[in-house]
Amino acid sequence: MTSSVGTKTFEELSPADFQRELEGDAVVLDTREPHEHAAAHIAGSELVPPAEVTARIDELAPDTGQRLALYCRSGNRSARAAEELGALGYTDVVHLGGGILAWQEAGLPVVEPEGMTADQRMRYSRHTLLPEVGVEGQLKLLNSKVLLIGAGGLGSPTALYLAAAGIGTLGIIDDDVVDASNLQRQVIHTTDRLGMPKTESARVQIEALNPDVEVEEYRQRIGPGNILDIIGDYDIIVDGVDNFPTRYLMNDASVRLRKPVVSASILAFDGQISTFVPFEGPCYRCLYPTPPPPEMAPSCGAAGVLGVMAGVMGLLQANEVIKLVAGIGEPLVGRLLLYESLGTRFTELKVRRDADCPICGPNAPEIDESELGKFPDYELFCAGRPGALAE
Amino acid sequence: MATVKIPPVLRPKTDGEAEVQAGGGTVGEVLGELTSHHPDTRGQLFSPEGDLNRYVNVYLNDEDVRVLDGLDTSVQTGDTVVILPAMAGGR
Repeated sequence: MTSSVGTKTFEELSPADFQRELEGDAVVLDTREPHEHAAAHIAGSELVPPAEVTARIDELAPDTGQRLALYCRSGNRSARAAEELGALGYTDVVHLGGGILAWQEAGLPVVEPEGMTADQRMRYSRHTLLPEVGVEGQLKLLNSKVLLIGAGGLGSPTALYLAAAGIGTLGIIDDDVVDASNLQRQVIHTTDRLGMPKTESARVQIEALNPDVEVEEYRQRIGPGNILDIIGDYDIIVDGVDNFPTRYLMNDASVRLRKPVVSASILAFDGQISTFVPFEGPCYRCLYPTPPPPEMAPSCGAAGVLGVMAGVMGLLQANEVIKLVAGIGEPLVGRLLLYESLGTRFTELKVRRDADCPICGPNAPEIDESELGKFPDYELFCAGRPGALAE
Repeated sequence: MATVKIPPVLRPKTDGEAEVQAGGGTVGEVLGELTSHHPDTRGQLFSPEGDLNRYVNVYLNDEDVRVLDGLDTSVQTGDTVVILPAMAGGR
């Protein structure tokens, strides 16, 4: 055994010489961090972050005579690791001078995740590092289409984080313009965009954040006449609307088209959220068969809302969307989560499918193609005249 | 005694209280005690015939009383009764 502290006992190889190591019996180690390895690495190399080299070398190369070929980004970390291994008694250590940068400069091949550009591999590296997401999950996000109903309190944080996460297409429906009273909670808008249509203001912010995201603007109110055309193009709907007629319309249309809806609402210091996946779990009507009378249903405009509530509940919605798209975790299907911000308390309630649900229950009337776009009068229904639904 | 959680829209009718203690062996009795202490809540919770209004959900702990025995569902000491109307705020 040679004692080698302070003495250089390892050899520095050029990219061409290092490439020959790949054909020999050397153990090739990438001494960078996991996100760097995920973005691009030399085929056949094993990732061992610098802090783990001495701890893991026993398992990777029990024989101190084993030839080890190390590389990192520019050659510094692999040289340090080679020195440490020399100190441990490894006698046959080489490293790549100039690192993978020199390797790529020399035109030599690296393994990169398929379907993502180099910029995307960097941008989403903290996602792709998560085993639950990985490159596969990130590609699902990049290929997904999510529709936000409203670019207001809930829609603002949801849109920002979904855009940052790389959702491929974000549709935004809103017919309103940015008002000074919005800015206390609608964080996608800015003071210098007062008076701008909210869909346009949201687009400006999203495009500045992430050019990967395609923004579809719908400067209109959603209603029975346009809802099927709009939601038909999307994978998931995020409901943050401020009125019951639209919530019931949204529910009934999404059940007909079998689109999942992530639904939240906020008022004062309280919020609710649930995820409705048609026929897998309950729908909005299973939870709330009839709307409350107007005195039981004040709006944020009338009753006030803590701005932070929009952020908390909007981001819980974004979290649900990402889980649904990536197919991971347990979405809030059949569960209603309540959040009380004054007490900082979460309460979870069970929501069952209603056997008598007129929309998704087993006895709900079949709706054929010609009736698909016909909806009852929700304004009358929500004004306390349930008979309106029977027409 | 059970703890009754009062939603924001009903708090003006419970002197602002978010939680109220009420006794009773069933959900109906607990809500009855609530309405006798805070009479203004009665019209919001119950129809003139004494049934729970359809737009108000009531949970015993985490389960909707509609899938239990409704107002006859028995209540143990320490249980929580959650009153939950739909909310639509989002903007």
